[in-house]
Amino acid sequence: MRRFIEANSWTLGLAVLLAALLLATKLIQPGFGASGLDSLARAALPFALATVGMAIVVLAGGIDLSIAAMMAVASVTGAVLMQGTTDAQSIPVVIGVLLVGLAMGAINGLLIVVSRVPDIVVTLAMLFVWQGVALLILNAPGGAAAPWLRSIAAGGFPGIDWLPKGVVFLGVVTALIWLPIRRSKLGLRLYAIGSDPLAAFRSGVPVGQTRIIAYALCGLFAALGGLSVTMGTGIGEPIPGPYLLASVAAVVLGGVVLGGGRGGLIGPILAVFILRTVRMDLTLLSVDPNVAAIIEGSIMVAVVMFGAVLATRGRKA
Amino acid sequence: MTMTDTPTPLNRLGRLLVDQPLLPLIGLLILLVAVLAVLNPGVLSMFWAGNTIKIAIPLAMLAACQTLTMLTGGIDLSVGTVATIAAYLTATLAPMTGVPPAIAIALASAVVIGLVNGFGVAICRVHPLIMTLGTALIATGCLLVYQRYVIATGVLIPDFLLWLGTGRSFGLPNSLALFIPFAALVIWAQRRSGFGRLLYAIGANETAARLSGVRVWQVHLTLYTISSLIAGVTGLLYLGQIKTASLSLALPLDLPSVAAAVIGGTSIFGGRGGFGGTIVGALILTVLTSMLTLMQIPEGGRRILFGLIILAVTALFIRLTERS
Repeated sequence: MRRFIEANSWTLGLAVLLAALLLATKLIQPGFGASGLDSLARAALPFALATVGMAIVVLAGGIDLSIAAMMAVASVTGAVLMQGTTDAQSIPVVIGVLLVGLAMGAINGLLIVVSRVPDIVVTLAMLFVWQGVALLILNAPGGAAAPWLRSIAAGGFPGIDWLPKGVVFLGVVTALIWLPIRRSKLGLRLYAIGSDPLAAFRSGVPVGQTRIIAYALCGLFAALGGLSVTMGTGIGEPIPGPYLLASVAAVVLGGVVLGGGRGGLIGPILAVFILRTVRMDLTLLSVDPNVAAIIEGSIMVAVVMFGAVLATRGRKA
Repeated sequence: MTMTDTPTPLNRLGRLLVDQPLLPLIGLLILLVAVLAVLNPGVLSMFWAGNTIKIAIPLAMLAACQTLTMLTGGIDLSVGTVATIAAYLTATLAPMTGVPPAIAIALASAVVIGLVNGFGVAICRVHPLIMTLGTALIATGCLLVYQRYVIATGVLIPDFLLWLGTGRSFGLPNSLALFIPFAALVIWAQRRSGFGRLLYAIGANETAARLSGVRVWQVHLTLYTISSLIAGVTGLLYLGQIKTASLSLALPLDLPSVAAAVIGGTSIFGGRGGFGGTIVGALILTVLTSMLTLMQIPEGGRRILFGLIILAVTALFIRLTERS
């Protein structure tokens, strides 16, 4: 028990912080309850999915700057194809969008491995490419979302009123995709290339292939995130939201070291909810939304700065 | 020793590209102009040339920020935001405070943003890309808050900025009066001044630079402040050129400014390149953009093309430098 606490002290600290923040929310707004939790979960869902994708790439020693643009592509593709379809017809659309996400991520990874250009430059270039693709598909916000998709992550979980469906959706999707990988050889390889690519290569890990898979998984989660944007608003959004900086900040706050090899997915997800709760509290305190955006941005930048200082210390030690 | 090896033609071409990036770039520029002339006969004129130069100048100035930061292996993605803020502040404060204080406040806020960038990069060692993106986000938020308090005051664009931005003398745009001294200063600074050499030294090998006694954090702090200041001045020029104060004035120049520096032969990993190539890169992009507009390629297609150009040129440079 003590070893478990020591090994997961950072994650547990985040959980306590989140609980404290939710308690503070209850104090600010005594009426805060199931519907408040539900709107929090719905607002956090795209951020959380983007963060999970980003966390996987960072664990594998990379970074994907194109994540918000890939989400935009997934969002508009889904919204355009779902316009005027029945529920049955929209299921292949969802599968198709997920495959598109997987393909976009794989293209990013392939370009990094083949061109030998550093990941940060490749994904910066691809950020512009995916932005362009999203604009070509849909020039202005539009399209539609199938009704079943809209209800999948809205409202309370049947039977347990206070548990938002959004959280359940996030947990189920992440667990379905990540747990089998984490338990298999692939998961070990992802951590291995993150902590030391050369040592991994010498131990027989196919480094290039593993890196491509990491980026493909990031693309898959970006597609899920993009779909969740469409789920939340009912339309496709071709202009990428502020998901890049938010996901990097949440990953760092979640205890994943920039540079790779250390951390998990639970920390970053908790961090997303912490950042969203702070934002919600600012709104509840009736802070001007633009001022709230400044405060939120400053928190994220401060977190990233703090993480960078820690990373530099770690390298020196 | 490699000089005695028998160089293949590709090798020789590669060395030429790396040593003299200006020659092939100017060739490419001439080629693009020729293609444009074939696509649309009769477009070439003194007026067209003046117009192209006028449009290319703000781009080249923002690309100067990218060139200088890239020399150390960094990047500054807040330039578009800084330019927008400087322009907006000048236009909205001028009716209240008069022109000189308005410009002073605008440039001071640019310097503040630069100092924050510099602090994050130099002292906290955040990757410049993330840091400048973050400050751009915060600064945009501040601009939105500010904008809500000044709606009533109206907008005044100083006359000399209009003269600088849109006027012409002897068929050439007046903005050259700002740009030629600016370019001369930047090229002199990067080649001849101690600061310029420090930039190359840090970009080529930061550890070696640190071990030889360079205070890397001071250089970074100065560099990002200068970069923001240049972006602020560009914003003023751009305000005179566009003649409206909007909240997204110079934001569309962010991406092309990176592309212009990369096309101009500045390595995004640091240590190689210069502003001379960047100027030609900005001209190439401007001609390319007018070509794409002529061919009615939508905005999305343009972005895809710019992204692919950045990727292809960087990959090409890596191959060439590895071989030679």
